[in-house]
Amino acid sequence: MLGSAIIVFREVLEAALIVGVVLAASVGAPRRGFWVSCGIASGVVGAGLVALFATEIAAAAAGIGQELLNACILLLAVGMLGWHNIWMSRHGRELAATARSIGDAVVSGARPLYVLAVVVGLAVLREGSETVLFLYGIAAGGGLSAGALIAGGALGLLGGVAMGAALYLGLLRIPTRRLFTVTSWMVLLLAAGMAAQAAGYLVQADLLPPLGNAIWDTSAVLTEDSVIGKTLHTLIGYVSRPDGIQIMFYLAVLAGIWLLTRVVGAPVSSPTRASLRRNAEIPNTTG
Amino acid sequence: MPRLVLVVLALIFGYAASAMSQGAPYTLTIKDHMFQPTEVEIPAGKKIELIVKNEDPTPEEFESTELRREKVVPGGKQITVYIGPLKPGRYEFFGDFNPKTARGHIVAK
Repeated sequence: MLGSAIIVFREVLEAALIVGVVLAASVGAPRRGFWVSCGIASGVVGAGLVALFATEIAAAAAGIGQELLNACILLLAVGMLGWHNIWMSRHGRELAATARSIGDAVVSGARPLYVLAVVVGLAVLREGSETVLFLYGIAAGGGLSAGALIAGGALGLLGGVAMGAALYLGLLRIPTRRLFTVTSWMVLLLAAGMAAQAAGYLVQADLLPPLGNAIWDTSAVLTEDSVIGKTLHTLIGYVSRPDGIQIMFYLAVLAGIWLLTRVVGAPVSSPTRASLRRNAEIPNTTG
Repeated sequence: MPRLVLVVLALIFGYAASAMSQGAPYTLTIKDHMFQPTEVEIPAGKKIELIVKNEDPTPEEFESTELRREKVVPGGKQITVYIGPLKPGRYEFFGDFNPKTARGHIVAK
């Protein structure tokens, strides 16, 4: 039972940490609970489907279906996270500046929360499908009683969710004004890490050259197998022995999104911010 | 900058050359949640093709942190992963769904 709890915990941990970051990044946005719940629910359904069609997926695209699916999921999430940061750099500061005085104004209504819902959904789908396959394997193998299996799964699920909740509550302790900056960086690192992971899958499928195997090796200090290593792997893309191409993907996404938030976000935001500040000074008549 | 381009080109061509020298695939079998053989010897500095056959009815995940590989092997099916070119050394792999029993390693020489 403990063995299955640990395996479920490791799978749930990654998804839970991503949900924690997304929740912290969307503090104050209306209906974020709805969007995040939608993301989790569709992720669970998707995980079931991926597990159900595991054989077909494995055989698809001349045997590299799994890698393609994983890489596509990760790159889609990278795009969503990047888009979120770019959007927030345009509108987020006004949001933060006005949030207290006039509540969530018109601006926040347009905030693309579905983007974060998709990220949550994809994270749950990826990690969830492995959990389903693992639990199915145990159930079919008859190694554990149904009770022990459910107890182990529930324990692992609870442990993973607790870690995600701890991250979220920890982030909430950051003052609101700084929280926006902190979560933007976390989203950026999350995206870069996912891009490196996607590159890893494409190397595994032999679609990309590794451009150097294990450019460095920090596994003596920290392996991705440990809880801290896995946490850092999810949050900042820590890899103890990265391929050259993974480093390139990581840096390209990091620089790309950062530059776009500067280029796209900066010029428009100042006049809007000024006008919003003026609005904020008008006494609140709506509420 | 031009030097960087040269380095990248050299890496790509080096990779292509090593990819071409790839020989027959290596095979690994999963039975009763164990790998057979538990040690696979491969040449260092070459990319190889590894076939993992799952003879169990239940799914397994071939995983190696050291090789950065993870791929689900459905029950009764087989998958292919590409490995290397590796530096000489020992690289552990395991079955993520049965990590206690399903263990083995690759030795690159």
